[in-house]
Amino acid sequence: MKAHLMFRDRDLDLTAQPAAGAEDLVQDLSLESIFAAMSGGDPYLRDVAQRVLLGGLEETAAIRYRQSILADCIAQPEIVRRMYAIAVSAIEGERHVWGFTLRHPEGVLHRAVEVLGIFRDHLRELRGIADAHVGRFQSEGFRVFFTMLEGELDDAYLARIAEHLNRLRFRKNSLLMSARLGRSNKGTQYRIRKPLNVRLTLRERVECWAKQLVGGETSTFVYELDDRDEAGFQALQELRDRGIAPVASALAASTAHILDFFKMLRAELAFHIGCLNLRERLTAKHEPVCFPDTVSNEECLVDARGLYDLSLTLNMEGRAIGNELTAERQRLVMITGANRGGKTTFLRSIGLAQLLMQCGAFVPAERYRAGVCSALFTHFRREEDVAMRSGKLDEELSRMSAIVDRLREGAMVLLNESFASTNEREGSEIARQIVGALLERGMKVIYVTHLYDLAESFYRVSPVSAVFLRAERLADGRRTFKVVEGEPLSTSFGADVYRRVFKSEGAHFE
Amino acid sequence: MRCSILFDAPDERLLTERQESPECFRDLNLDQIAAAVTAGREPYDLLPIFHLPLTSAEAVRYRHQVFQDFENPAVFACIASFSERMRGVRAALAETGKLYCELQKQREHLDTIGEYCESVNALTRALTLSQLNSSGLMRLRQYLSEYTVSMEFGSLAAETDALQGDLAAIAYEVRIDGKRIEVSRYGGEPDYAAEVLETFAKFKQGAVDPREFAFRNRSAMNHIEEAIVDRVARVFPEIFSTLARYCEHYREFLDPVVAEFEREAQFYLAWLEYLRPLERAGLRVCYPEVSAGARSSRCFDTFDLALAHRLLAERGAVVVNDFELRMPERIMVVSGANQGGKSTFARLIGQTYYLAGIGCRVAGREAALPLVDQVLTHFEREEHVETLSGKLEESLGRMRRLFERATPSSLLIMNESFDSTTVRDALFLNREVLRRVTERDMLCVCVTFLDELASLSEKTVSYVATVNAKDSATRTYRVVRRPAEGLAYAMAIAEKYGLTYERVRERLSQ
Repeated sequence: MKAHLMFRDRDLDLTAQPAAGAEDLVQDLSLESIFAAMSGGDPYLRDVAQRVLLGGLEETAAIRYRQSILADCIAQPEIVRRMYAIAVSAIEGERHVWGFTLRHPEGVLHRAVEVLGIFRDHLRELRGIADAHVGRFQSEGFRVFFTMLEGELDDAYLARIAEHLNRLRFRKNSLLMSARLGRSNKGTQYRIRKPLNVRLTLRERVECWAKQLVGGETSTFVYELDDRDEAGFQALQELRDRGIAPVASALAASTAHILDFFKMLRAELAFHIGCLNLRERLTAKHEPVCFPDTVSNEECLVDARGLYDLSLTLNMEGRAIGNELTAERQRLVMITGANRGGKTTFLRSIGLAQLLMQCGAFVPAERYRAGVCSALFTHFRREEDVAMRSGKLDEELSRMSAIVDRLREGAMVLLNESFASTNEREGSEIARQIVGALLERGMKVIYVTHLYDLAESFYRVSPVSAVFLRAERLADGRRTFKVVEGEPLSTSFGADVYRRVFKSEGAHFE
Repeated sequence: MRCSILFDAPDERLLTERQESPECFRDLNLDQIAAAVTAGREPYDLLPIFHLPLTSAEAVRYRHQVFQDFENPAVFACIASFSERMRGVRAALAETGKLYCELQKQREHLDTIGEYCESVNALTRALTLSQLNSSGLMRLRQYLSEYTVSMEFGSLAAETDALQGDLAAIAYEVRIDGKRIEVSRYGGEPDYAAEVLETFAKFKQGAVDPREFAFRNRSAMNHIEEAIVDRVARVFPEIFSTLARYCEHYREFLDPVVAEFEREAQFYLAWLEYLRPLERAGLRVCYPEVSAGARSSRCFDTFDLALAHRLLAERGAVVVNDFELRMPERIMVVSGANQGGKSTFARLIGQTYYLAGIGCRVAGREAALPLVDQVLTHFEREEHVETLSGKLEESLGRMRRLFERATPSSLLIMNESFDSTTVRDALFLNREVLRRVTERDMLCVCVTFLDELASLSEKTVSYVATVNAKDSATRTYRVVRRPAEGLAYAMAIAEKYGLTYERVRERLSQ
């Protein structure tokens, strides 16, 4: 039994280690606030959201599969939340069945029978939902899921389980087993045989004794334990256990599997519940969201309208500023311009939208179309680096080198003020060589920089193979926090910021 | 009949085997190698074989032939499996001695003999089908083919087989009812476990491990098991009386020649198993051409075996090196970069000569070496000597004792000898020692930071530990034959991280 509400052909893997470099994404794209919004305060939802966001899909078909399931969830939020609650309750119920002497098959068997009773009730409830609401769901994922429930858990089967559960509640009764002589003449291959619960009648017992007294032709030999023979009774229990072990182990495996099914259902719904939570936050403040149009890697880099920084809007009162970007066949976007002009926010909004798109979620934009990437990497200048001047370029380069180690064709690399820790000449030269090689090897690069030498050299070589953007600054020097197309300008606007910050002191500037 | 696969002339071994290892073992890491090779084979007491250098090129070739036969995968597999099984036979005999239940002992003894017969038969069959070229193994095959058709072995095997069949066919039934146990022939009742298993089979799929119950498998029986097997024996009396007579008759059964072969085979198995992971990692090993009194030496693509094993375990790369002494050279002087692999180079030379002298395959693509009678090592020790003069005295004392034992067929390895004194003293002392080496016409490796030693005479040849030409900080661990030098190199920082245009393209092309 599989839920398959995340992938068409496999389970969601909650044990997978996050890909190397995932911490960089979390930090650079401020993912914490998104995890928090999706969790709605539930640490489990947060954990699943984090894993799914950082483990994006690579195929458009897989993305569409998940998008359509999420669309169903958005259309039927109450039903989906109820199914989630059933899964949680089944898991909690199992946890509260006390298991004592779990090393012994009879103990294990007893517990498994209890747990299966609980699971049967929850499975029946799930069946009820499937029967009542299957018609309201459109997505392939949900339809297959509901059909599976109906097929696997029909009434006859649920009844057969009930019968076995009743029969297996035997304890300390007469037990009949067959066996063979194994290694060193010890008994082996113990099998329980029917009849299970039949006690010998008094008469049968007398007959047995009689046979034994006559001897010779009888083939039944009896041993009887002394009442005080504690070690003997222990050995006897072990013998019973050997017979019961296969049944106990089968039932324990069944409970484990059904538990896994509920855990998987919970995990796979958790992502969708997280998306519902996030969407409710955004619609409450009238931020637009849309399902992205996902195309192949070569077809498009990104074409967006009203694209805003998701983590920014989650951390502020009003709405975030939306931007546009059209880069179809180009594989390089270079953003220059005013400091504090919204360049980093813009870069982050692209990264976040790409990340959300690649895990099958909606994106923070009015309209969004983008090519799927094999992976997403960020190389942002780090605040803490400022403190330690020495070895800073070393640190940047070693981080970059680690990224190169993990790059595969079709990956997207977001660079934010990278290699600016040395002088402009050197920084530009290093960046030029790296970016040139990345593009040649099929990567997409979005680069925020104030290295004019760098931006200008790419512009000069071929202004059409890349998109050049600038953080907008009005004639009066004010920033709009919009990013617009335009060739690189030779000055950044640090002086502006300086002027504003030091205004009260009437500081000098050129 | 005697047939040894270690020694052509059996008297040779009487001279030699000794428990304590030669003095050079520790310095050359031969102790680690021998320990790793013999690990898990302690009962065979193999170390003495490693402690005993061979005294003729013919004795070396005798082992090479046997090694070559062992390299045939079919031969290796059949001998390895024979040895594995014989180990089981010995262990079982030891275990049986500890048991007290007679019915259990008898069965153990029967099965152990069964295993012995099968192992010997399997080995004989396999060797008969194999193409053998070594006189050692051909002699053994001859012996086995006579032994296995002997009257004595034939009846042992036949009786064992018949009894095992009878015991395996016994099927009985145990009914447990309270404190009462009844034992009888199995009467054909249906299997209830199978029925339960089938009902719950659909929940068994997936990743859930079936619960395995650990039953304590004491080798001894408890009194309940004893009581049961005693009653089983009464249900089937004929079979068990035959078993008792059989055990009485075949108390001793191991053939002494077979047992000795099993031990000697360990030497070959162990060594080939030790080399295998290295070969799998792409390193080369070879049969050295060994001749007494050769005036030149060469070995290409060789490496330190102990270090290579450690590096492979840590997934590090193993660097290979060449060494060569052309007429009239007798002394290799190794100088160059600190931590550049000089000691390792000296060690691997010592290992190669020593191991070639006990008939082993050695590290390297190709090797031709004279047979040395002993490898003498002079490594600086960090031992309990307080003062510098005390230390020098201790060091010189050791050197003198080495010269007392040295012959023209000896190899002396000096590793930074006297380097803790002043340069002037070190130069003087090393020159003196090398002069004596030359006088006695010994072979020598001298690791030193004193460049001058490299060009003392036509008998010396210089080897240099190199650094990366583009990055002096990177050690290559390559030691090459060239005049001593002392260069340092500088390189660009991006190159260091592999982030130039060329390097990034290259890295992304894989």
